[in-house]
Amino acid sequence: MSGQVDALYIYLLFVAAVMTALIFLAVTVLAIKYRRKPGVEAHQIEGSTILEIGWSVIPFGVMLTFFIWGAVLYFKERTPPADATEVYVVAKQWMWKIEHMEGQREINELHVPVGQNVKLIMTSQDVIHSFYIPAFRIKQDVLPGRYTTLWFKATKPGHYHLFCAEYCGTMHSGMGGDIVVMDPQAYAQWAAAGASAALHDTGKQLFLSLGCASCHRSDVQGRGPNLAGIFDKPVLLQDGRTVTADDNYLRESILDPTAKIVSGFKPVMPTFQGLVDEEQLNALVAYIKSLSPPAPGTAALQNAPAGAQYGNTQQQ
Amino acid sequence: MASEAIANPEPKTNYLTNGYGLKSWLLTTDHKRIALLYLISVTIFFFLGGFFAMLIRLELLTPQGDLMQADTYNKVFTMHGMIMVFFFLIPVVPAVLGNFLVPIMIGAKDLAFPRINLLSWYLYVIGGILILHCMLTGGVDTGWTFYTPFSTAFTNTKIIEAGLAVFVAGFSSIFTGLNFIVTIHRMRAPGLTWDRLPLFLWANYATSLIMILGTPVVAITIVLVAVERLFHLGVFDPKLGGDPLLFQHLFWFYSHPAVYIMILPSMGVISELITCFSRKRVFGYKFVALSSIAIAVIGFLVWAHHMFVAGISLYAAMIFSFLTFFVGVPSAVKVFNWTATLYKGSISYTTPMLYAFGFIGLFTIGGLTGLFLATLGIDVHVTDTYFVVAHFHYVMVGGVVMGYLGGMHFWWPKISGRMYPEAWAKLSALLVFVGFNLTFFPQFILGYIGMPRRYWQYPPEFQVLNVLSTAGASVLAVGYLLPMIYFLWSLRYGPIAEANPWNAAGLEWKTSSPPPTFNFDETPVVTWEAYNYDEIPPKELEVPVGS
Repeated sequence: MSGQVDALYIYLLFVAAVMTALIFLAVTVLAIKYRRKPGVEAHQIEGSTILEIGWSVIPFGVMLTFFIWGAVLYFKERTPPADATEVYVVAKQWMWKIEHMEGQREINELHVPVGQNVKLIMTSQDVIHSFYIPAFRIKQDVLPGRYTTLWFKATKPGHYHLFCAEYCGTMHSGMGGDIVVMDPQAYAQWAAAGASAALHDTGKQLFLSLGCASCHRSDVQGRGPNLAGIFDKPVLLQDGRTVTADDNYLRESILDPTAKIVSGFKPVMPTFQGLVDEEQLNALVAYIKSLSPPAPGTAALQNAPAGAQYGNTQQQ
Repeated sequence: MASEAIANPEPKTNYLTNGYGLKSWLLTTDHKRIALLYLISVTIFFFLGGFFAMLIRLELLTPQGDLMQADTYNKVFTMHGMIMVFFFLIPVVPAVLGNFLVPIMIGAKDLAFPRINLLSWYLYVIGGILILHCMLTGGVDTGWTFYTPFSTAFTNTKIIEAGLAVFVAGFSSIFTGLNFIVTIHRMRAPGLTWDRLPLFLWANYATSLIMILGTPVVAITIVLVAVERLFHLGVFDPKLGGDPLLFQHLFWFYSHPAVYIMILPSMGVISELITCFSRKRVFGYKFVALSSIAIAVIGFLVWAHHMFVAGISLYAAMIFSFLTFFVGVPSAVKVFNWTATLYKGSISYTTPMLYAFGFIGLFTIGGLTGLFLATLGIDVHVTDTYFVVAHFHYVMVGGVVMGYLGGMHFWWPKISGRMYPEAWAKLSALLVFVGFNLTFFPQFILGYIGMPRRYWQYPPEFQVLNVLSTAGASVLAVGYLLPMIYFLWSLRYGPIAEANPWNAAGLEWKTSSPPPTFNFDETPVVTWEAYNYDEIPPKELEVPVGS
């Protein structure tokens, strides 16, 4: 994808260079050719509607090509593939905390296998930050109070700069790190070495210890909706709206349960705002997601034991 | 009617000599004196903002943060931005050149509301004092954009005081805009129909529309930030049920049109300069006039192009991208029309004309790079990097400031009754052009290779381009200091100017240099089109006496 961004950039550079050269040339040539000479008067010209229309419509037409190509690229950048491996990112002043689904945690570094679609699910603990990987030509602001996502597929092993790109206070310029892209073998070794409890297992512990299971039952009808199989499915709310139970919905429902009450249920769920931190929230959301069948192509990840084999991921 | 060259020394009574003493200045209602009051205050802020810029560029000479602490640097770039945007770029051309020229150009004695004009200056000064006090007692470190929740819940710098300063200065803007709109509608001399108006007036009119419609939005936004800080209402803080993105929408809804407040009057100046120094009507008068209105209107519809990676929806981003391309068209039209005006003209290379040429070149580059930013796929990569910094400095410094300097040189004889030294002025223009490009062109490259903005320290691979940029800034600084010196020098030692040293069209040249307090001895009756250079015979000398 970064190659496509560069291609678009070069196209715009070319057009801009041509336009700039034309204007510079026109001004220089005209300024010299028509410099003041004694006895020669200026020639008054009102204008030309044809020219005006021409030099409005044609540049706009060229601009439309920029728009379309740019919009298509943007659409692709903002549409993560269904089979992408998910990684949670929590930004805080002034560091990046990374949590892999298998439980590996990193600070300011993100290890990924080459050739794998990776989707980052990101939130901030405090102010707005921005996750920026110049080499991949991608960036996404990271906001408090919600998840934003960013996806990429690294194509070459190596270390690539990670920067924070939204001013966030004192050490904004120190909030950097590395994206470490590894061969699948090397990545598997790294992942095995750092494995602890898988994120969704941590989430399951929390689900039990915080008492969620007492209302959200899967055996009988409880006080709260059964959470098995709900991820990314439509949900009918009390007020008649239908929303999709995505990451942001799950997160919001834990922190602000009365915001979107499922039809047929009473507003009795307490809020967990202040009782869970961002990483615990991520674990809970990961657990609830694990209660749904995995998206096509991700089977190997979801049910894998610690130390997943990424080299075996099937083609999409 | 050809201009009357007044070969005598300055007339005995003009607006400068009509009353001496502090009270006659501080309680004046003469729009020309108010323009000079603004000139002094705006220039002070320009050099203060420039001083902060120098600190930034000095820190960025080395990758490490070694000149000052991170917090200090963050305050320095914030104050640089706040001062330059709110206390220089937004007022400069309307409040200095506009205030001076708008009544004279339409043949009126003064603006519609002279006392509100004076009030607007006092509001500017009060805002200025507040921001200076804020700076001297700790300053602000949020960036001039004040994003929440950092500004409402995390920083402990003086947000409310800085916000108050901007709030008050905003009313200065609103009153100026109000004054201009009423004046241009109601006080034109007999015969001066809309289609005979000099383009500087069309530009200021469009600017005034933005001022009165947009500024109240930022005023309310500042109030909301203050309320959030004081009472934790939860407008912007997600922990209290608020939305940090709401701030960005409200802020940019004003701050994007604000950049058109900055550029439009400067574009108006360029129209005056190109016509005078080609001795021609502008090519496509109607299109240039209407393009100012188009920019003002469409400019209100593009604000979220500052938010493509902020978390807005995919589809919103596409709509704003499309509209942003649309707003580029009228600006391009202006550039084409000015270039076409040169064709078959009779061009002289005076300092104002050199600034006009510089404007066309630099604004073209600045505007084209705006298209890069409007292109979604590219913006994701370069937003929040030095690419954006380079883009807006090209249009604001390469555009607004060049236009302003060109206008100051052009109208200096009218304002002061003296000529500036032409050779020094040409040298300064050259230094400004070269220094400017050396400062900001490397920043496009820095941005594309990944250097984010507002960085106190950076990885070593970015150093060479940063050093080039700082070197350019030193040259640019000299280019700006020289006019300060020689304009002041000319007040005492400059040759005395005649009423129309440039042999230009326009009502301001039909009165003496400097003008009398009430501008004209008799209300002129206008029977000619704007830029009627076919009716004004050229002078023997290309350049006024005494350069």
